[in-house]
Amino acid sequence: MTKTSSVDTAKTTAVEKESRNATKAMLVEFWYYFSQNKGAVLGLALFVLLVSVAIFAPLVAPHHPDMQFRDALLSPPFWEAGGSLTYPLGTDAVGRDILSRLIFGARFSLFIGVVVVTIALVGGIVIGLVAGYVGGAVDTFIMRIMDIILSFPSLLLALVLVAILGPGLMNAMIAIAIVLQPHFVRLTRAAVMAEVNRDYVVAARVAGAGHFRLMFKTILPNCLAPLIVQATLSFSNAILDAAALGFLGMGAQPPTPEWGTMLAEAREFILSAWWVVTFPGVAILVTVLAINLVGDGLRDALDPKLKRS
Amino acid sequence: MSDIILKVRDLYRTYDIKGGLFKKPGKFTAVKGVSFDVERGSTLAIVGESGCGKSTLARMLTMIDAQSEGGIEIDGLPIDIAKTGISKDMRQKVQIIFQNPYGSLNPRQKIGHVLEEPLLLNTDMGAAERRELALEMLQKVGLQPEHYGRYPHMFSGGQRQRIAIARAIMLKPKLLVLDEPVSALDLSVQAQILNLLKDLQDEMGLTYIFISHDLSVVKYLADKVMVMYFGEVVEYGTRDEVFDAPQHAYTKTLFAATPRADADSIKKRLAAKAASAA
Amino acid sequence: MPLLEIRNLKVEFATAKGPFKALDGVDYTVEGSEVLAIVGESGSGKSVAMLAVMGLLPDTATITADKMEFEGRDLRTLSTQERRKVIGKDISMIFQEPVASLNPCFTIGYQLNETLKTHTNLSGKGRKARVIELMKSVGLPKPEERVNAFPHQMSGGQCQRVMIAMAIACSPKLLIADEPTTALDVTIQKQILDLLVQLQQDSGMGLIMITHDMGVVAETADRVIVQYKGNKMEEADVLSLFEDPKHAYTRALLSALPENADGDRLPTVSDFASEGGF
Repeated sequence: MTKTSSVDTAKTTAVEKESRNATKAMLVEFWYYFSQNKGAVLGLALFVLLVSVAIFAPLVAPHHPDMQFRDALLSPPFWEAGGSLTYPLGTDAVGRDILSRLIFGARFSLFIGVVVVTIALVGGIVIGLVAGYVGGAVDTFIMRIMDIILSFPSLLLALVLVAILGPGLMNAMIAIAIVLQPHFVRLTRAAVMAEVNRDYVVAARVAGAGHFRLMFKTILPNCLAPLIVQATLSFSNAILDAAALGFLGMGAQPPTPEWGTMLAEAREFILSAWWVVTFPGVAILVTVLAINLVGDGLRDALDPKLKRS
Repeated sequence: MSDIILKVRDLYRTYDIKGGLFKKPGKFTAVKGVSFDVERGSTLAIVGESGCGKSTLARMLTMIDAQSEGGIEIDGLPIDIAKTGISKDMRQKVQIIFQNPYGSLNPRQKIGHVLEEPLLLNTDMGAAERRELALEMLQKVGLQPEHYGRYPHMFSGGQRQRIAIARAIMLKPKLLVLDEPVSALDLSVQAQILNLLKDLQDEMGLTYIFISHDLSVVKYLADKVMVMYFGEVVEYGTRDEVFDAPQHAYTKTLFAATPRADADSIKKRLAAKAASAA
Repeated sequence: MPLLEIRNLKVEFATAKGPFKALDGVDYTVEGSEVLAIVGESGSGKSVAMLAVMGLLPDTATITADKMEFEGRDLRTLSTQERRKVIGKDISMIFQEPVASLNPCFTIGYQLNETLKTHTNLSGKGRKARVIELMKSVGLPKPEERVNAFPHQMSGGQCQRVMIAMAIACSPKLLIADEPTTALDVTIQKQILDLLVQLQQDSGMGLIMITHDMGVVAETADRVIVQYKGNKMEEADVLSLFEDPKHAYTRALLSALPENADGDRLPTVSDFASEGGF
C-alpha cells in the first residue's frame, strides 16, 4: 500500500517537474527573442534602474525634495562656475535641490504610468472582449462611442475632463486613462474577432465552456501579446500626458515634485537658468525612450508572425 | 435487433445572407433534408467535396450550431438546442475532432489542462481524480505522462491530433464526430492515427461519424457510406454497396477522379501515353 | 545534356535552436520532356531544392552545391539580373494555394498581361490575343468574359488554372509544381493533373511535381525521387517504384496507404524502420 503511494508520488513529482520545465522553456524562448533586440535590453536596464531609484528615493536622494535652501537660490549644476557638489544638478528658484526632486518625481511618474495603464487596460479589455465576442448591435454601439472619444485631440479631451473633475493628480490620471482606453478596446476587439472562430475556441465550447470562461480563460490569454506591447507604449504616453497636464497647471499641484509640474514652475527661467528646465525634460525623455525600447523588444518577442514553432 | 444511436430526420440548415449595398439579402441552404440512422459501435463515413454541407452537418450533430428544421436524436435524447439549450447530459453523448490539429488546441493551455477541461466543466470530480484520468488517457492515446505539463507547440501534428482525440473521449462520449481528422497529416502519421481510432472504437464501443473527402481512408474505416452533393444525400449504403456499385452519377465521378496508386493503373496510363505519343 | 542538373545540394537554415539541415547532399537530374515526381512527407526537404533553384529561399538559408546547372548555365554564379531572365521565363513555378498566389486587387487578365509584358516583347494587341489564347489552353470557360474577373470571383480550381496559364505564358522549358492540387477537391485535382500532364506532353517541357500524395505520383510521374529528412531514399521510374520498391522507406510509405491495407491494421513507418536504412 505504502509502496504504490510512493510510486505515485514519484510519478507526480516527475510530472510536475516536467510541467515547470515547459514553463521555463517558454520563458527562455521569450528571453532569447527579447534579447536579440539590444535596444530593448538597454531600455529594460534603464527602466529597472529607474524603478529602483524610485523605490529607494529617500536613501538615494541627497536632500528632502521640498527642503528650501535659502542661501543657494538658482545654484547651477556642480560643473558650472558657482556650482557645488551639495546640489549636483543645481537648485530651483526657491532653493530646492533639483536632483532630489527628480528622484522623488520618478515615483510620481511611475505611479502615474501604472495607475493609468491599469485603468485603461482593464477597462479596455473588458469592453473590447464584450464587443468582439458578442458582436452585432452591442459591438456597433461600443465602437461608435470609442470612435467619438478618438475623434477628439487627446490632450484637449483630457483637459476638458480635468476641467470638469477639477485639477489634481488623481483626476488627471483618470482623464488620461479615459483618453487612452479606446486604443485598448480596439486592439482587444480585433484580436478577439480573429480568435473567436478558431477551432480551439469551438472545441472548448463543445466541451461545455460558458461564455464567461470562453471570453476570459480561453480567448483572452491568446490576445494578450499585442495588449502587452500597447500597454508599455501607453505607459510612456501616460507619463507624457501627465507631464503636459502638469505643465498646463491641470495635473499635480505644486509643490509636488512631478516632472511636468517642475517644468511649469521653471518656465520663466528658461533663459536665465537652463538647468531648472532641462533636467526634468531630460528625465521625461529618458524614461519615455527606455519604455518605448522595451515595448519594441516585447513586440519582437511576442509577435506570433515572427515565431516559428 | 439493431441498436440505433443516432437518428437524423429531414434535417435542414439555412443561412441568411446579409444584403449589401448592391446585393439583395438572400437565403442559402447548406443542408437540405438529410435523414439517416447510425448503429451503435459502427462507423458512418460522410463523403463529399468542399461546400457539400458535410461540415455544417457535423456542427449540428455536435451542437455547435442549431438546426433550422428537422430532428436529431442521440441515444434516445432529442437534440434541439435552439429550443431547449444544451444540458450536461447531451454534452457527454457527443464530441468532435477537427481537421487541423494546429488550430484545435489552445496555444496557451498546457496539455493536462486541455484534457481536464471537459471533466472540470461537466463533472464534479476533484483535482486529483481529474489528473489521474488525464494521465491515464495520455497513455491510452500513445503519449507519455511527461507530456502532461507541456504546451501544444512542443508537439508534432500527429501528437497534437492524439491530444485532440484524448480530449474528445475524456467524457466517454457515445458518439464521436471526426471532421477530416487525418487529412492534414503525413501519410505515415495518418496510418498511426487511423490505427488508434480503430483501437479506441473496439475498446470503448464508440460510434464514429467520419467526415472525409479521401475515399481510400473511407474504404478502410467505414461500415456505411453517405455521399453528399450540394447539401443533399445522393448515395447512402453499406461500404461494399457504395464502392462496388455506385448508383449516382456524382459518386461515379468521384471514384473516377480518385488517384489510384497501384501498378496496374500505372501500366494502363503509361500505355495510353505511349499510344498518344506514337 | 540534361535540362537541370544538381549535384550534392545542401541547404541549411539558421534557427533559434542552431542550424537545421533541410537538405543533406542530394542530386537531381531532370531531362527535358519528362515528368519527375519528388515525393516525401513534411520535413523531407522536397520543396527546398526547387525553391533553392528558383532563388526563393529566405536569407537564413545557406545553399551549397558542387554543381547547379540549367541548360549548361551555372545557376550559382548568375547575377540577380541574369537569374531573373531565366527564372520566370525558362523556369516557372506554381504553388499550393492558388487563391493566395494571385493578387486580389487586379483582374486576372491584367495579371496575365503583366507577365507577358515582363518576359516578351509582344505589342499590346498581341498580348491581349495571347492572354485569351492562354486562358483557352488551360481550359478556362468563356475567356473573353473571364479576362475581367477578379480572383475572388473564381473557384480554387479556376485560380489554379490561371496560375498555370501564367506559368506557361512564356513557354518555359521547365515547370515546377509544388503540391499544385493539395488544396483542391478530388474531382478538381483530377482535372488539374490531367491539364498539367497534357500541357507537358504538348509542349515537351520538363515537369517537376512536388507532392506528398502517392496517388498523384502514380497518376502523373515518369520518374520518382523519394525523400526523407533531407536525404534521397530512392530514385526509380514510376512503375518499378510501385511494383518493386527497393528501399524500406518506400515500402513503408506504400503500405501505409489505406487502399493497400491487408488485414485490420495499417502498418506504420516505424514498423519498417527496423529494416534499417533510414
